[in-house]
Amino acid sequence: MRPSNLIAELLKLLAASLLLISFAMLSRRRTQRLITLFAWQGSVLFVSTLLVAYSAGLTELYYSAALTLALKVIALPWILHRLIQRLGAQWDSEPLVNIPTTMLVGLGLVIFAFGLAQPISRMATTITRHTIGVALAVIFLAFLMMITRRKAITQVIGFLAMENGLFFAATSATYGMPMVIELGIALDLLVGFFILGIFFFQIREQFDSLDLSHLESLKEE
Amino acid sequence: MDLLIVLGLPLLGALLLALFGERTWAAELNAGVSFATLVAVGFLVLRVLRHGSLLALHEQFFVDSFNVFLVALTAFVGFTTALFSRPYMRIEEQRGHLSQRRLRLYHSMYQLFMAAMFLALLTNNMGLLWVAMEAATLSTVLLVSLYRTRASLEAAWKYFILCGVGIAQALFGTILLYFAAERVLGQQGMTALLWTHLNAVKGQLEPRVLGLAFVFLLVGYGTKVGLTPLHNWLPDAHAEGPTPVSAVLSGLLLNVALYAVIRCKILVEGSIGSYLPGRMLMGFGLLSAVLGAFFLWRQRDIKRLFGYSSIEHMGIITFAFGIGGPIANFAALLHMTVHSLTKSSIFFTAGHASQTAGTQQMDGIRGLVGISPTIGWGLMLGSLAILGMPPFGVFASEFLILTTAMREHPWTTPFLLVALGVAFAAIFRKVQPMVFGESDAPPLPHSPALVPVFIHLALVLMLGVYMPFVLADWYRVAARLIGG
Repeated sequence: MRPSNLIAELLKLLAASLLLISFAMLSRRRTQRLITLFAWQGSVLFVSTLLVAYSAGLTELYYSAALTLALKVIALPWILHRLIQRLGAQWDSEPLVNIPTTMLVGLGLVIFAFGLAQPISRMATTITRHTIGVALAVIFLAFLMMITRRKAITQVIGFLAMENGLFFAATSATYGMPMVIELGIALDLLVGFFILGIFFFQIREQFDSLDLSHLESLKEE
Repeated sequence: MDLLIVLGLPLLGALLLALFGERTWAAELNAGVSFATLVAVGFLVLRVLRHGSLLALHEQFFVDSFNVFLVALTAFVGFTTALFSRPYMRIEEQRGHLSQRRLRLYHSMYQLFMAAMFLALLTNNMGLLWVAMEAATLSTVLLVSLYRTRASLEAAWKYFILCGVGIAQALFGTILLYFAAERVLGQQGMTALLWTHLNAVKGQLEPRVLGLAFVFLLVGYGTKVGLTPLHNWLPDAHAEGPTPVSAVLSGLLLNVALYAVIRCKILVEGSIGSYLPGRMLMGFGLLSAVLGAFFLWRQRDIKRLFGYSSIEHMGIITFAFGIGGPIANFAALLHMTVHSLTKSSIFFTAGHASQTAGTQQMDGIRGLVGISPTIGWGLMLGSLAILGMPPFGVFASEFLILTTAMREHPWTTPFLLVALGVAFAAIFRKVQPMVFGESDAPPLPHSPALVPVFIHLALVLMLGVYMPFVLADWYRVAARLIGG
């Protein structure tokens, strides 16, 4: 097998594991496990970016791989762990999630995502073209997780997982966006994350809990 | 150069206010920085007037007739809102709603928000546009939750999550756009995301990819415009945040988000070569206008009421851009201008009205004319202006939109008329007892700064009866640029 072929196969494997992790996230109730899974998703993303960078010979992509490693594998999961420790929410779990139904809806979403991505994949010239459907599916699954979960932290992890899917779409379809923009996106993500951290404390101070079902008073009568 | 000053001044202001925001003169500094920005924008506008559209800094920034008037509008309303917020926030502080530290956060974030909007308007890079839109969301999230009440936290959370998810869709759309552009423009450097380059080759971009990209971009930026069914964050954020923030959200941020949508529409329409993007805008716009108008009936909170009114008006503007063509685009641009001037002035008076009455519930606000004639008449005139009474400018733009719709898409006319009629009845019925009627509430401790209100309303009145040549010319050129 030629190396470029090998890389393409490896990338497909990584894409598949990304999708698997997304499903695993859907099925987990414990916050701590979710954070671990999120870190795993980040590392898969890191390895896949590295592989694309190697095969395409683009230095810019090495930088963005390093950015992924620093931000999504190390910094964000670590801060999340610290955060839930300080909030005393390590062993929180969400009882009211119907996991089998969610999984079935998730399956439907994956099929929909692949259907949507088909015309684009056919045009892609990069070696990773088959993966754009996966990226879209990861985005949809993260979205599903945000809709079905009621805890603030879980919703945030869903939000971050969506960002991972977007990032994967950027590398798999286009060899990554220009560096300035990637830096801007990373900055926005980080700032947004800090604001959310501040929010956790404000919400808990006001409501004594991070359960978002308390946040449902603003409705139309 | 003046472009860099326009972008740099608010950033510098944010830094200064973060350092000195607890001093008593922070509000004056805030207004001063906004005024300096307005002057810088004035010079930029003069240059564009003299030399036409310009590109700067390796083509990363550009100014044409479409964005230059939005930049001017943003700087102007930013300045008048800073003037208004000076006495308003002082009263809030005196009443113990806010501490010095919160005011520091408020002032600093206000300038950061202005900087983000200028960046979004001036950048030529679709990726930077996205980054700036996200930055504008982030800088206002903590402003919405400034009071730290349960309701404001809930509103801010909703705002953050909904707009965050929305803007993530827009990022996917941007990635798809880049994907299509890269095949035509090549991936060397950054040119593949520059709007001017994309616009030059839009005929060669792969239509299927751009069509898909537009769906994501419309949903993404449309969430920030407040188009139904993605509008849920808007009334809450407007009602629970401090009033100056409601004024700039409604008057400026919605415009900037719509600007992003229209920039995308120009590209996509050129690529697909069909009316599909325009039709999508028309559909979303009409739905927002009609639903927004009907939601007005059920409101009890004055700021929520005008939040829904913003949804209705953004719907009308989006609809007009969807029709396309020189006249409808002209009307849409005019409506953007008069709506943001009128709506921000309404929020100024509504803010002081609820401070006077001590509540935002409309049942508790009575007899404003008796307590303070300026607040009362300001609210009344503002409401009449936003409802499209002649001779205010809103009448002119709505009339133009309505007649164009009648000629090109007659089936939409009844929906538009229903939306306008329902909105008229709902708002007028609610504003009238607030302005007239009996009350024994004491006047405010600081005299409110209502000069901005009357300047805004005078401008709206002027646009209704006489339009300066320069402005009409801009609108015409921009309307031709948007095409459709």
